[in-house]
Amino acid sequence: MMQNDLQTASTSRIDAVLARHPGAARDSLIPILQEVQEAQGYLSEDAMKRVGQHLKLPASKVYGVATFYNQFRFSAVGQFHIALCRGTACHVKGSAKVLDALKLALKIEPGQTTKDGMFSLEILACIGACGLAPAMLVNGETYANVTPDSVRAILHDCRKRSAKNA
Amino acid sequence: MSNIEVNGRTIEAQPEDTVLAALRRAGVRIPTLCAMENLLPSGACRLCVVEVEGQRNLVPACAFPVTPGMKIKTHTPRAVKARKTIIELLLADHPDDCLYCARNNNCDLQRLAQEHGVRARRIHGEKIRRPLDASSPSLVRDPDKCVLCGRCVRVCEEVQAVSAIDFVGRGSKTHIGTAFDEGLNVSSCIHCGQCVHVCPTGALTEQSHVEDVIQAIAAGDKHVVVQHAPAVSVTIGEMFGLKSGADVAGVLTAALRRIGFAKVFDTSFAADLTVMEEASELAERLTKGGALPMMTSCSPGWVKFVEQFYPKLIPNLSTCKSPQQMMGAVIKAFYAKQAGIDPHKVFSVSIMPCTAKKFEVSRPEHSRDGVADVDAVLTTRELAQLIKMHGINLKELTPEGADTPFGERSSAGKLFGATGGVMEAALRTAHFLVTGKELDANFKPTAIRGLNGIKEAKVKVGDKELTVAVASGLKNARTVLDQMLSGERHVDFLEVMTCPGGCIAGGGQPLGVPLEAIRERMQALYTIDKEDTLRTAHQNPSIQKLYKDFLGKPLGEKSHHLLHTHYEVRDVA
Repeated sequence: MMQNDLQTASTSRIDAVLARHPGAARDSLIPILQEVQEAQGYLSEDAMKRVGQHLKLPASKVYGVATFYNQFRFSAVGQFHIALCRGTACHVKGSAKVLDALKLALKIEPGQTTKDGMFSLEILACIGACGLAPAMLVNGETYANVTPDSVRAILHDCRKRSAKNA
Repeated sequence: MSNIEVNGRTIEAQPEDTVLAALRRAGVRIPTLCAMENLLPSGACRLCVVEVEGQRNLVPACAFPVTPGMKIKTHTPRAVKARKTIIELLLADHPDDCLYCARNNNCDLQRLAQEHGVRARRIHGEKIRRPLDASSPSLVRDPDKCVLCGRCVRVCEEVQAVSAIDFVGRGSKTHIGTAFDEGLNVSSCIHCGQCVHVCPTGALTEQSHVEDVIQAIAAGDKHVVVQHAPAVSVTIGEMFGLKSGADVAGVLTAALRRIGFAKVFDTSFAADLTVMEEASELAERLTKGGALPMMTSCSPGWVKFVEQFYPKLIPNLSTCKSPQQMMGAVIKAFYAKQAGIDPHKVFSVSIMPCTAKKFEVSRPEHSRDGVADVDAVLTTRELAQLIKMHGINLKELTPEGADTPFGERSSAGKLFGATGGVMEAALRTAHFLVTGKELDANFKPTAIRGLNGIKEAKVKVGDKELTVAVASGLKNARTVLDQMLSGERHVDFLEVMTCPGGCIAGGGQPLGVPLEAIRERMQALYTIDKEDTLRTAHQNPSIQKLYKDFLGKPLGEKSHHLLHTHYEVRDVA
């Protein structure tokens, strides 16, 4: 798709969300942001401005609220969205080292997306898979007992899969 | 009325009081950082904690309601220790560069550390660093010095209805930022500087032009002239131990000459010029038609506010430049020519009670052929610095008169410094222009004087009765605009000043002054007006001469070119 088409598609997705909340007030901010993220995969600046206009809230306020919550992201998710559990059990079993390995390999911080759009990284609080600690999700698929070595292999595998599909 | 016991002494409290309000009224001082007069408590800093009998934990006095018979202890070892620990924690994440800080010796954090005897670094931790935001032409934000009290956020939202900034992020990553963490220059900030007034530390300061001015004077290849605004001369004395509201225009002029300015002009002269143009514009809109209500345009924060939040009302803004810009234009277009100086060789400085004036001079429509109307703006605070740097004591100087051709003013021009003053000055001249008679006899201006946020009056001008309204503080302005737009309120002429109280309480004025000082500054302006014999712009001989020798007539071609401006719709988040 061309850039313009992408933009139009994104705009109409935001429109659709806002249309479901006619006459909404500031107490609807978080549900609307959640729906926008659901529709768009993340919160774009444009989306936050539009939500602010809809609710008569300054963009600074929308941005302030959105950045307060871990659940919102501000860049599009990558082709492979990696979510690492940093709950207590995973921490005890070494997820901090796994996170370091991911940050080093991808050169991004949690919440960001690699420049080529292939990977995005997110940290989750306990996902309830403590028996598999440290646990990691790639596009929703669970990987158990990950280590710095195993995640490097997983990333390698993702790149290979992506190249094959291209 | 109910009695409460404080430190063993009985004091009276009102039923709606918070503990802090009752303590303050009784003269019991406890430290605060986040508390703001007239706004609801936020309870963010916890410095005001006190012991209340029957409460297990310390309670924040700012957010705790009084109950009859309650027993409070304000300075128990436990309360004092808690406060000291909070200060130590704040300092643990502070740059500690007080000697290099604009707020050295005038900083709440520094004062509190001193008062609580913080003498050792007890708490060590990683200092969180965030980049300095110097993108704005008027203000500088240094997040490293921020203590997250939230006062700037609240004044921006609750007093000015702008909300350019808010808390961003969470936990140790929390900081004050604009929407999307952009520079302040592209935000909805209107440059008013009220945030600087409420900031307890050096996290918010003005963009200083002191060095530019010193360099320009020292270089010697420029003809450096200066103008000073009406609110400045009734304020600057305070910073030199003179009484609040003392008018020191004469000694200020003398001081500026000693510093090395070639000419000292009075912005109140340009205010008279603004009155001539603006009153003519009002008369024309009333008689020939045009967008009504006409709204004043002297206050650059307000102008940007309309451009970004009420673009439909742009046609209602007077096209008149502010006095600062009118003065800048006639200095370079008329004075320079008359004095035989190349306008490129004139360095024009203005001294303003305002940070938004620094933004105003940077607007591209305020220059002609690559020559800016005004080259540098000093706030009242920077002026004090410049005077002190030169070892000058205002108390020791003999008053001197301002320079011709822009030194003579009416007292109407002086009124521009206070909320309602532009309106009063403009009405005097508009009445004369429409009827040929002076206004004074049948108009009592009391209704548009004073510190109220919204004021209204009816004025008979010829056979028309005008409704005039005055607002200061942009939240009040927003109220008036929304009432106008919904049809609830009819206004023919609206004056808005960005800062609550007007320029006398501007963002560039001395920090940490009580409301009483603002009142005294205002009183000083009205005393000047009462005692003056030249009380209207149209009677100012220097104004008449400028029109005769150069401008022609108000709203004429030269005026249009030099004294009027246009506005733009601004798309800001």
